[in-house]
Amino acid sequence: MKLDYKHLQADLRRVGYIADDALAMALALAIALKRPLLLEGEAGVGKTDVAKALAAALGTRLIRLQCYEGLDANATLYEWNYQRQLLAIRAHERDGLSGDEVERHIFSADYLLRRPLLDAISQPSPPVLLIDEIDRADEEFEAFLLEILSDFQVTIPELGTIAAQSIPYVVLTSNGTRALSDALRRRCLYSYLDFPDEAKELAILRARLPGIEHRLAEQIVRFVQLLRRETLEKKPGIAETLDWASALTGLDFRSLVDDPTALQASLICLLKTEADLKSVPAEVAARLVGKVA
Amino acid sequence: MSPAPAPPAASGPAVRLRGFMAHLRLNGFTVGPGETEAALAFLAAGDLDDAAASRLALKTMLSGDRGQWERFDALFDAYWYGTGVKRARPAAVKGGARAAAPRPEIWSKALPPEARGEAAGPMARADSETGDDTLPAGTGRLVASRQEALQRTDLRLLASAEEAEEAERIAERLARALRYRLSRRRLPARRGDVVDLRRSIRRNLSKGGEPLELLQKRRPEHPVNLVLLLDVSGSMMLYSRYLVSFVRGLLGGAIRAEAFVFHTRLVQISDVLRERDRLRAMDRLSLMVEGFGGGTRIAGALKQFNERYARETLNSRSVTIIMSDGYDTDPPAALAAELAMLKRRTRRLIWLNPLLGWRDYAPVARAMAAALPYIDGFATAHSLASLAALEAELRRV
Repeated sequence: MKLDYKHLQADLRRVGYIADDALAMALALAIALKRPLLLEGEAGVGKTDVAKALAAALGTRLIRLQCYEGLDANATLYEWNYQRQLLAIRAHERDGLSGDEVERHIFSADYLLRRPLLDAISQPSPPVLLIDEIDRADEEFEAFLLEILSDFQVTIPELGTIAAQSIPYVVLTSNGTRALSDALRRRCLYSYLDFPDEAKELAILRARLPGIEHRLAEQIVRFVQLLRRETLEKKPGIAETLDWASALTGLDFRSLVDDPTALQASLICLLKTEADLKSVPAEVAARLVGKVA
Repeated sequence: MSPAPAPPAASGPAVRLRGFMAHLRLNGFTVGPGETEAALAFLAAGDLDDAAASRLALKTMLSGDRGQWERFDALFDAYWYGTGVKRARPAAVKGGARAAAPRPEIWSKALPPEARGEAAGPMARADSETGDDTLPAGTGRLVASRQEALQRTDLRLLASAEEAEEAERIAERLARALRYRLSRRRLPARRGDVVDLRRSIRRNLSKGGEPLELLQKRRPEHPVNLVLLLDVSGSMMLYSRYLVSFVRGLLGGAIRAEAFVFHTRLVQISDVLRERDRLRAMDRLSLMVEGFGGGTRIAGALKQFNERYARETLNSRSVTIIMSDGYDTDPPAALAAELAMLKRRTRRLIWLNPLLGWRDYAPVARAMAAALPYIDGFATAHSLASLAALEAELRRV
């Protein structure tokens, strides 16, 4: 077994995702060791995109489980299709089937609605399972998840135990709104994603917007990098940079100095709260533009 | 082949790696024999050809959170190359004016890393965080009223045993009263608000499938979690003696709670107060909070809380209680900004102000006036009786 993270890095680049060495290594390890990978980092650094890109690079399905407060085992494993079950009961009544037969029938795989976790382990080839924002779910759910992630089997009382057909590649993301348990952390490999540095962000911008002019791209990236150093409530992420770049190309900007008024108006792509918008008035924007142009 | 990059000693790589694990453990990593084995097996397989790749792989396998992720490289260098952390530490200490004073050993265990950095001396702190212009320690030394009173105050002398016990009992009762709050997740219940289809269909099969008996589910009650911020500055001295006991009672175990004290800076005290022996707890607390009785920087302390602790201690079930008289040396606007931030993260924000118990008191202190718009509950805390009366106020979470 040769751990070729450079190869994976190149594959990810091919599908338009720029991963640095640390992230490529983390993903390669997760695949090689078959262990879940826990990704942490500020909102907007591209945690969710990692899973999408990994699925694309491996040529496999992405199954996503979005966590929220109150999420429980039923919503993530399986649910019976109650409406169909009720209809079937009526239909079989007319056919004169016995109770046992009806029961066998309506608790069969046909009436089972697979939710992400069950779906992920019943694929013929391993999919990428993205468990997004695990920190939003309750602690009880975290414990349940640990069990699934170590056994990879699900027991349904009416159907019996369903073992995994393939072990999915699991990526968990967390924004740090709640401290995760040590047990979960120890079960997972860990990687922290920071905002990209200038070179990486430029590479991302080029990969996503191939048509963008070289000089403008450089200015945009440097501007955003400087903006992140200001005290903001919500620092602009990569998605914001890309939005802003598309907006500027749409406005026919060739350089950031072109049109200060339009530039100021376009900052709504980067700054998403009222306080942040107010903290970057025209003078501040002009100062930043002065530094990058 | 040698799996580890340039082991300095001639001993086997396994021994060296075990040493590295011990080194990580000493620095707060949670790595056990399982991790050692996995790392060794992985390195022995010889998948990686250079030191940089091995380092990245070990970093991914062994760190568990952001702090460890960021410290790993320095620790790695310190162990395998004998550089970095080891040498950096004495240099940082030399810069600090107060660093020469010996600290009780308790500091190293009880304080969060940030406060430990501060203990190394204000100079070292200023050096390391030049980017931050609102340093509590850096600015505090210039103004007389902000000076930290460095003498230790013995809390054991402040509170009479009965008073303290009474305060603890009241707090424990309160904690039990606060214990539950509604959750969004539904569980089976005899009388609920939603039909539980899964169980209903199962149950009614025996009656030919006709849904005659409907089973229901409802939201169970979920425990709240309390965050307590206690002002221990000079002006609060009279009250902090039983408020500390009160906080200790709330931490007693009935609910999840975290406690902090602040005057010119913020210190987490949950672990110290959970010590079973009350006198010993107070003793350790006095050691930790050396500046007891100094000036107040409420906004600065809240800023520290928002930046460092808010994320992990607050959730949608949190009730935050600030206990302070509202006399602040920070500008009121700063306090309002921090409270606004805090308010967004917590379900309910309650301010207990002992002065409210005085006759004819109106919250005219500028800080208090600025704070009022963000507060859900404003109550007094000037006596044990008033604390007992809080139960009704807090129940409406």
